[in-house]
Amino acid sequence: MRTASDYIEMKVPAKPDYVGVVRLTISGLANRMGFAFDEIEDIKIAVSEAVTNVVNHAYTDTEDKGQVRVGCNIYDDRMEITVVDQGKSFDVESISKNLGPVDGKSVDQLHEGGLGLFLIDTLMDKVEISSEAGIVVMMTKYLHRDEVEEHVDRISPAPSQ
Amino acid sequence: MNLQINQDQINETYELKLTGEVDAYTAPKLKEVMLPLTETKGNIVIVDLSGIEYMDSTGLGIFVGALKSSKANSSSLKLRGMTERVKRIFEITGLTEVMDIESGVKGEAL
Repeated sequence: MRTASDYIEMKVPAKPDYVGVVRLTISGLANRMGFAFDEIEDIKIAVSEAVTNVVNHAYTDTEDKGQVRVGCNIYDDRMEITVVDQGKSFDVESISKNLGPVDGKSVDQLHEGGLGLFLIDTLMDKVEISSEAGIVVMMTKYLHRDEVEEHVDRISPAPSQ
Repeated sequence: MNLQINQDQINETYELKLTGEVDAYTAPKLKEVMLPLTETKGNIVIVDLSGIEYMDSTGLGIFVGALKSSKANSSSLKLRGMTERVKRIFEITGLTEVMDIESGVKGEAL
């Protein structure tokens, strides 16, 4: 287990206006770490989904909007992003039950929200959610640098005749 | 971090050309423009997504809402010009099966 890491933290108001700022920052860090283009796009979506969830659910309109805290641990082999709200928590159990793709649902059954956590789960390698004090979403994406290098020298087999 | 929406209209056919990013910040603007168009019977709403650089589930939600509205009001909604990235999130979420999506790049081998 590699332990050395750099840690970056941001705290932004829980408003839609700042989702893009968080996304761009994380994208910059992922780029610096050497993630591939598609992986960076996956990370961007996952982070935005987590922050958007906080913006949408964690704070009511009447209350002060509060803050979202986004922490990012950078390891040699992975990026670990933690999104923490400090508002009231939503019911993780009932939300996870509704996770999943649209498969087989009719148009009437589709709901406009609910795809966010499903996307996070699909796009990241590891996702943990805790709801003890507010909601904490921790997601990890591994660097696959080594595998790519291995494949470079490999000659793909010719299709059999 | 912006979304530009250009609108063209020929009779009952409306074309929206989107450029930029669709996220929690810009999605309300898209909803405001697109949803009313789907509420008139017989309208054909075509959305060109070729200029979209980023979209997440907030954007998908807006399209799901517009699709529902078009079914309820007998209008139609078509999406076209999806980049590979945008297509991917429609595929992952299974929305390619319910939305009317004009297939991608012209001349691309199958």
